Amino acid sequence: MTRKRRRLVFVLSGLTALGLAALLILSALEENLVFFYSPSDLQTKTIGAEERIRIGGLVEEGSLTRSSDGLEVNFRVTDLRTSLAVRYRGLLPDLFREGQGIVAEGHLQADGVFLASEVLAKHDETYMPPEVARALKKSGHWQEDPPEESEAE
Amino acid sequence: MIPELGHYALVLALFAAGVQAILGLLGAIRKDAYWILASGPAASTQFLFVAIAFLALTHAFVTSDFSVYTVAKYSHSAKPLLYKITGVWGNHEGSMLLWAFILAIYGQLLVSLGKKLPHKLRASVLGVQGCLSTGFLAFILFTSNPFLRLDPAPMNGQGLNPLLQDPGLAFHPPFLYLGYVGFSVAFAFAIAGLIEGDIGAAWARRLRPWVLAAWSFLTLGIGLGSWWAYYELGWGGFWFWDPVENASLLPWLAGTALLHSIGVVEKREALKSWTVLLAILAFSLSLIGTFLVRSGVLVSVHSFATDPARGVFILGLLAVAIGGALALYAARAQTLKAAPAFNPVSREGGLLLNNVLLVTASASVFLGTLYPLLLESVSEDKVSVGPPFFNATALPLLLPLVFAMAIGPFLPWKKADLFPVFQRLWLAGLASLAVAAGAFAFHTGKSPLALLGIGLAAWLLAGNGVLLAERLKLFRTPLGASLGRLRTLPGSFFGMLVAHSGIAVLVAGITGATLWQSEEIRALNPGDSVALAGYDIRFAGATRVAGPNYLADRGDFRVHRGDRLFATLTPERRYYPVEKRWTTEAAIHTTWMADLYAVLGEQAEAGGPWAVRLYHNPLAPWIWIGTLLIALGGGLSLTDRRVRGKGPKGPTDQKPQIGKA
Repeated sequence: MTRKRRRLVFVLSGLTALGLAALLILSALEENLVFFYSPSDLQTKTIGAEERIRIGGLVEEGSLTRSSDGLEVNFRVTDLRTSLAVRYRGLLPDLFREGQGIVAEGHLQADGVFLASEVLAKHDETYMPPEVARALKKSGHWQEDPPEESEAE
Repeated sequence: MIPELGHYALVLALFAAGVQAILGLLGAIRKDAYWILASGPAASTQFLFVAIAFLALTHAFVTSDFSVYTVAKYSHSAKPLLYKITGVWGNHEGSMLLWAFILAIYGQLLVSLGKKLPHKLRASVLGVQGCLSTGFLAFILFTSNPFLRLDPAPMNGQGLNPLLQDPGLAFHPPFLYLGYVGFSVAFAFAIAGLIEGDIGAAWARRLRPWVLAAWSFLTLGIGLGSWWAYYELGWGGFWFWDPVENASLLPWLAGTALLHSIGVVEKREALKSWTVLLAILAFSLSLIGTFLVRSGVLVSVHSFATDPARGVFILGLLAVAIGGALALYAARAQTLKAAPAFNPVSREGGLLLNNVLLVTASASVFLGTLYPLLLESVSEDKVSVGPPFFNATALPLLLPLVFAMAIGPFLPWKKADLFPVFQRLWLAGLASLAVAAGAFAFHTGKSPLALLGIGLAAWLLAGNGVLLAERLKLFRTPLGASLGRLRTLPGSFFGMLVAHSGIAVLVAGITGATLWQSEEIRALNPGDSVALAGYDIRFAGATRVAGPNYLADRGDFRVHRGDRLFATLTPERRYYPVEKRWTTEAAIHTTWMADLYAVLGEQAEAGGPWAVRLYHNPLAPWIWIGTLLIALGGGLSLTDRRVRGKGPKGPTDQKPQIGKA
């Protein structure tokens, strides 16, 4: 092979690889985006039962009930305007409390109950998940009490 | 008094860094011998002052001086001494100071160990580092001063996040930063090389040990973080594709690519401008990683707004450092001499493939990590990108890489033929098929992906074995002669072998821990039993115990295999009264082939059952063994005399060397 042809092979194979990789990445991104909704958002939007979404808000005071074996929990998540029933089977994170901001990932069932496969309540109790803060702002119930800056790491 | 001393030293360090930058860079450009020589002492001075500042802050933490804001906010007098010390970098201000301190350490190391570097090159490198130090020290002094005083001083501090009070995480940041900041040397070499227009074999040989060291530290740092997440978070996993984790993986991927392309520059003078770009990229990703984590931008775009000064400063620093370097690259890259041609199938071609795959993988991780931020800044949508995305993109890129890793070292430089290589590797191929088939038959979860993972790991390990056997002329010369050859093989060869074997072990560990994991979540009363992966786990109950600064419920699990007591697991749920927080302390029993992992959850009501999570993680310990081997491989390469530039051809001369391969 001459130098020129060799270079052509390099460039062409490089471009092909790049194109393939971009295709792969973008299609994977499209399939795996998980959108976040507040309980009020879900009043107006229709979400398919197979679509994986995130919801967030405050755990409503007094709404937490446990099944007899202690593993299945039911609670309501509220943005102080609307609230949403959530069911979760498993161990709740250490920071899960009534009144605490949480984010949950899972599916909205046809009966209107959100079946969570994951419940996230990271950070300390002065910290509000940003999604939850946004949902509260949107529902007009945000109190300008600047959350202390938290260090996750 | 001591905090003021530290503050004062930090101000002096800023000036010293400025002087270092000016003397180094302008000295090299103006070819002023005095300035060039003076840049070394300037760097040492800067190191001295930053060290004083760091010690002063450490002193404040150790003596629990709560009149210092950072100490009051992140420490407490009842904390064990170890966590008082590590509390220094358990917060934004202190961790930025640690960053600056490590940058100064690398500067001092360049002065002490780089005596054989050409003076002009060393001066430009120190100059670039001086610029970085100036930016960082200014950032610390103007927006994140750790020495701010509180008046009146509180009686006690607010304590350190209990999750961080752990040996694994205590030493995670220093190692991570030793890696991140170590790439600044590569960055500085790239800038210096571009300015001088002198990038070749000698440049690569001088840079290589620094990249090796930084890369090994980064590997250890990531490993420590992952290990911590495994035993501390109690989710049974070791990697969650969390943005914070991705931020540390990005420079590692780029750094790994850099490590391999440097070899091509050193041996063949090819891929020069690509290598320079990688050096700039690796450090840029380290900078982005640091700031993504530290600025809180990843938690939310809005936290930028909570302290606009910090956000703007960070963006400015990133723009100047990365933008400036890339602009210089764009202007000067074409002055680098064109590479000698090489065949696509050759050692160079193999290393290029490694680079393409690694860089593409890091691009996909970068996109997945930052896409939610981008989307949020242009629209109302709030999204998250989870593990499925990263698994779908990173795996198809990294698995072929593991396959090719076994073949690459067999290829000669310049031009190679694949067929004879496969002929030499037929035994390895056979062995890997046998291992994969055995694993498939043995395990109940018939996952084809596990078959692929274990097969690839065996393939790579066996390929390494063949490589070593060929180098030793095993079975072709008497055993004594083979062993004799063992001692003549260079350290960098062993380094490569050990690091690549580490990858094989890591791949096997990841495969086992993710695809063969069994999990049981139960509510257990004392006396209840659970069957998991052939073990019988009986819950004997939980008791209240007291630690140095926490109270805990400690569960007692008796693991039986058949009639024999196999292990006792005592997971804890700890309560830290100072911070008013609960943490989970998983109990892990390892057999080196698998981990038994127990987490104690909440008790639904007094006298009621306890929520319990149990895992059996086959091959999970191999993840940490593999990571250690990878870092050890980097260390072994460093012991190679040739790598440290102390070989017979040691570059002691002042004139730029043009290597001829």
